[in-house]
Amino acid sequence: MALSLRQKNDAPRSRYIVGFILSAVAVALCPISMWLIDSEVIAGGDTRWLTATLTLGIGALVLYLVIQFKARFADPLILPLVLALNSIGLAMIYRIDLTTSAQAGASQVMWTGVAMAAAAIVLLFLKDHRALRRVTYISLAVSLFLLLLPLIPGLGLEINGARIWISIAGRTFQPGEIAKITLAIFFAGYLSTHRDLILLAGKRVGPFRLPRFKDLAPMFIAWLLSIGVLVFQRDLGSAILFFGLFMAMIFLATGQVTWLVLGFLFVAAGGFLAYNFISHVYYRISSWVHAFDPDVYNQVVGGSGQIVQGVFGLASGGLFGRGWGNGRPDLVSYSNSDMIIASLGEELGLIGLGALLMMYMLLVSRGFRASLGVRDAFGKLLAAGLSAVMVVQLFVVIGGVTRLIPLTGLTTPFMSAGGSSLLANWVIVALLIAISHSARAPQLVDTFEPEESSDTIDLDSYENDGATSVISRITDHNNADHQGGAVRE
Amino acid sequence: MNKAIRRLWIASACVFVLLLGALTYIQFFESKTLMANQWNSRTLYDSYGSQRGSIVVGGTEIASSVPSNDGYDYQRVYSQPELYAGLTGYFSSIYGSSGLESAMNDELSGNGDEQFYDRIAQMFSGGKTTGATVELTIDPAIQQTAAELLDGHKGSIVAMNPKTGEILAMASSPSYDPNELSSHDNGAVIDAYSRLNSDPDNPLYNRAIAGNTYSPGSTFKIIDAVAALESGKYNADSVIDNPQELQLPNTTTKLPNYVNGQCSTRTQATIEWALAQSCNTPFAQIAMDLGQDKIAQTAKNFGYGEDLSIPLSVSPSVFPADMSQDQLALASIGQYDVKTTPLQVAMMSSAIANDGKQMKPNLVKSVKSRSLSSLYEFSPSELRTSTSADIASQVKDWMVNDVDNGIASGAAVNGVKVAGKTGTAEIGSTGSNNAWFTGFAPADDPQVAVAVVYEDVDAVTGASLTSPAGKALFEAVLNK
Repeated sequence: MALSLRQKNDAPRSRYIVGFILSAVAVALCPISMWLIDSEVIAGGDTRWLTATLTLGIGALVLYLVIQFKARFADPLILPLVLALNSIGLAMIYRIDLTTSAQAGASQVMWTGVAMAAAAIVLLFLKDHRALRRVTYISLAVSLFLLLLPLIPGLGLEINGARIWISIAGRTFQPGEIAKITLAIFFAGYLSTHRDLILLAGKRVGPFRLPRFKDLAPMFIAWLLSIGVLVFQRDLGSAILFFGLFMAMIFLATGQVTWLVLGFLFVAAGGFLAYNFISHVYYRISSWVHAFDPDVYNQVVGGSGQIVQGVFGLASGGLFGRGWGNGRPDLVSYSNSDMIIASLGEELGLIGLGALLMMYMLLVSRGFRASLGVRDAFGKLLAAGLSAVMVVQLFVVIGGVTRLIPLTGLTTPFMSAGGSSLLANWVIVALLIAISHSARAPQLVDTFEPEESSDTIDLDSYENDGATSVISRITDHNNADHQGGAVRE
Repeated sequence: MNKAIRRLWIASACVFVLLLGALTYIQFFESKTLMANQWNSRTLYDSYGSQRGSIVVGGTEIASSVPSNDGYDYQRVYSQPELYAGLTGYFSSIYGSSGLESAMNDELSGNGDEQFYDRIAQMFSGGKTTGATVELTIDPAIQQTAAELLDGHKGSIVAMNPKTGEILAMASSPSYDPNELSSHDNGAVIDAYSRLNSDPDNPLYNRAIAGNTYSPGSTFKIIDAVAALESGKYNADSVIDNPQELQLPNTTTKLPNYVNGQCSTRTQATIEWALAQSCNTPFAQIAMDLGQDKIAQTAKNFGYGEDLSIPLSVSPSVFPADMSQDQLALASIGQYDVKTTPLQVAMMSSAIANDGKQMKPNLVKSVKSRSLSSLYEFSPSELRTSTSADIASQVKDWMVNDVDNGIASGAAVNGVKVAGKTGTAEIGSTGSNNAWFTGFAPADDPQVAVAVVYEDVDAVTGASLTSPAGKALFEAVLNK
């Protein structure tokens, strides 16, 4: 073991230098893009580019050092990827500030700083991600509290029909974004403890086992939460997000597709009811299906104008894009938040947007990779769940903009204007970094808490294969992945 | 659990593939269709997104783009719309553009080849493209005079510098307000356009170069005179029969002499006297004697049948081919199917004024980029040699005599030697005419050559308008 420990200590060093260089390049994307947008503005003494670059650069440096100090085995790719996305987001928001009445740039830069500080704090004080497991039920309570906050009269704020904001001292905040994390923690904690019961207890009916109701309770809580959010706050996007998070978690925990089928039946039923009884949802769906119908297009309330103009923006970008500053994002409403993908698509083209999607894909893959590598079930569920929620969010946003699915108001992670979203996503990144550190750090057998051991056995494999083959398979994977997990299994 | 994680990762990868597919569909395969969609205002905004260059006359912007808050970035504004409509044209979101807005679009929009490096610089600096400023050769005072002379009439006036080809004035009446067509209020633009387009007086035409072309009438006799001298068969002393009526060969048609001058007082005439009194029969005989090929060649030497861009596109003037002798006789006095533009008539006088050398007419003095670097500077260029210096000099003397002793006396300016020629082209047999004057001054050092046409007037009214208009224009140029 001592031998392998040394190797693992030494091997990543060059990779972290690469990580540092990549981070620097990612931060540099911000001023370079802003210069490309309009060099005259910068030459004219406008210092917004400097504030943005310094905030991002100092934040990146602090985070880099914190990671070196507290999580030095962490995946070196995660930080540069997120920095690059945040850089480009800041540049696009700044660019839209220049040509429209929207003035979100300064606030977004401030929130970037706050979010990176929050990520640094999480990394500094969270010694081990498993500590979060202890706050499973507190997380549920916090989630409920956060989701109910906007409904408190005087505090909550309704914007465009959706009551998902709260207003404190003139600033607005979307508590639901943070609830995304606390819910993920709750699900991970609950499912890591109860998955055996859900899977093994209860009556067997036909081909699959019906869980006991009390084991199913969280599923109903999640379902009620998402429907509740939809009904009381009229926020279809968050509802889909929470439900997607839950579905991903339960699938991860049980490995059974049956749950997904059951989940989608619930969604279908909920969606059908919502379509018929909630005007908000009805408009969303009709403006999706009949987007190019003149009546729907010209409809003042709930018309498809926003979708169609977004699609025009993408089309206008074409393969190569019109270049920074040369598009017309001012023609699309919410061009710097919900529709920032259309703005980016117009100016950076399919190639640029494809590159951004690749970065997301890479980021999400690193999350799943950490999930695969980490040894405890809670960590696995949390990392994979948080990664999955990002995928769901991207699917809802980009799918909505490209008319794959109805458009719902959600932010594009790290890029859309919106402080709460930025804060939540940076905290998610901090958690992923922490988990990836645990996954990649060389560990000795005796450092493990004995209570965790039952969680780390892959239940699917356990059921389907013989124990030996399970162990040998895991060992193969782990060897290939430079993990220490095999040692104790 | 790792199996589920891997499956979820594969599902995530599928989501990304799906999203990329959807983006590819919109941004690549459907891009053109979506750009052409009627609700997609981008294509339209594109032409308004960059600040279009100005058109400048005498230091004043007559067409400029000013920032606009109605969704378009800029609004095209014409400061003296009626005065310059024929030159500027309009810049409409619905009907496209006309005039210089169309002819100089590359420069005005900043998309010209000469602006390539500017565009590269702008691309790197991220700035929007800005168009170049186009300065015209027009003299605002002469343009104003021309417009006032035409006020209330249908017709056109062209004044140019015969030595350089610079066009000093180009007016067409009736005119219109291009602001109406360049508005962003689509309904108003459609109304205005249909009103202007259905107006029987065709205000949208620039009659000086591209209206329905006119019969040049007796102004064509200048070409006959040149042809006569070039042939060697005639000189200043030649005497030609001057019957009051000429029986045209193989027809019953009798060609009468001009009734308002002194043609009836002589039965024989020199070319000088026939030109001064604008007698028809001597020139008809000369033309029939020289043959249509010679007249056609001389007409071509003065620019008939040639394409021309100034850079507005000029309708070619027409001297018909394959005529019988009687048709040639009529053509020689600028009737039958001879068609010309006022600019062509001014170019003919210019060639006489400039020792037989015809300069290329031009409206654009300079094109300057936003950075004030010059993209184009006007320099005079010779279009063609219309005739020899000797013959030009002889015809010039005859034209001076027209003003001093002939029926173009209304164009005389005190203390200045003025050369001129009138014309009265009958429109069918209604008694209505297109009345012409062309000439230049001062004859010994020509500063300006003009062509004036009034449409649809009786012969007396025409005579009272044309030569005095010439005089007013000469005074505007010479006394300023």
